[in-house]
Amino acid sequence: MSGAIVAPTRMALTMYKTKRVGAKKGYELLKKKSDALKVRFRDIMKDIARTKGNMADQGSSAFFSLTQAQYAAGDFRQQVLQGSLTASVRVHTHTDNVAGVKLPVFRQYELQSEVKSKSDRDNLGLAQGGRQIKACKEKFTVFLTNLVRLASLQTSFITLDEALKVTNRRVNALENVTIPRIEAILAYINRELDELEREDFTRLKKVQGSKRTAQAAAEAAEEALHKAAAAAGARSSKIEGGLVKDVTAQYDTAGDSDIVF
Amino acid sequence: MAEEDGKLVGVIGDEDTVTGFLLAGVGHRTMEGANFLVVKNDTPLSLVEETFNRLTERDDIGIVLINQHIANDIRHVIKNYTQTIPTVLEIPSKDHPYDPEADSIMQRVNLMTGGQM
Repeated sequence: MSGAIVAPTRMALTMYKTKRVGAKKGYELLKKKSDALKVRFRDIMKDIARTKGNMADQGSSAFFSLTQAQYAAGDFRQQVLQGSLTASVRVHTHTDNVAGVKLPVFRQYELQSEVKSKSDRDNLGLAQGGRQIKACKEKFTVFLTNLVRLASLQTSFITLDEALKVTNRRVNALENVTIPRIEAILAYINRELDELEREDFTRLKKVQGSKRTAQAAAEAAEEALHKAAAAAGARSSKIEGGLVKDVTAQYDTAGDSDIVF
Repeated sequence: MAEEDGKLVGVIGDEDTVTGFLLAGVGHRTMEGANFLVVKNDTPLSLVEETFNRLTERDDIGIVLINQHIANDIRHVIKNYTQTIPTVLEIPSKDHPYDPEADSIMQRVNLMTGGQM
């Protein structure tokens, strides 16, 4: 267990408790974010499916108007394709923020300054079919507008997909790895602390017990001493007398044959 | 392009498609090249692939429109394309009706929803 690395101290316990609170909070927040993204994601998916369906219809109507224009004005495709061109339609990207995820959104706008290049093609269908070409142009402009919208949706879709994956990975990591690990460490620290406490308790008891026996022994010894002292009070002079007698008897030469004088 | 902050729309498509979008005003041809490619029947696939790569690498292009039947021809390149911008958008063409099943984005959408929309 990785928790074994942690020193089982009260400080570590407090630290990991704080960590657990943080992890739980983060998990909740990320879960919320993931849910918010999911809602948006589903909306976008539905929008894409619908817009793509419309796109097919709009596309065919645009191509039909192009065919009409060609029928009226002759084949003008080469005239359109050739020459120097400057785009009058540009897309502008700005970002949309969904729960902290930045989604790029395209906005289409017309460049007004390109009068010259436009005048080139304004001659198209001057003789005949000008109206059809104009209609065709409008159809394609509308088609393009829709495509730009679709492109925004699609970009958002891809970005959200990525963001969702990352968020879900984080949510799962917190839920299944980080929080259980912290819990395990906490449990380990608690166990160790309990064990320490029990050890301490036992030791205290032991010390107390041995102290008590020592005290009892000391008391008993003292008592015995007192008793002995009390009992010996009368005897002490006799012993002393005997002792003196004995000591002098040591130097009594009467019973010793080795002493000649 | 430095002088305009907006991005261009690139087109890879058959003659009709490109003509239509050029009429709408997306065409941009400069010294470096054009932002569109007309794919005819005799256009080599390598040129299409190269153009696709060139358009997606340019930083002044925001969206690349590509006809679906052409996208199908260079599907392997599109599958490997993972950038967000420019966005690659598959569009129908005059001769080939739009097939949602072949679109790589639609495939993903269907995968997510289980095909029920």
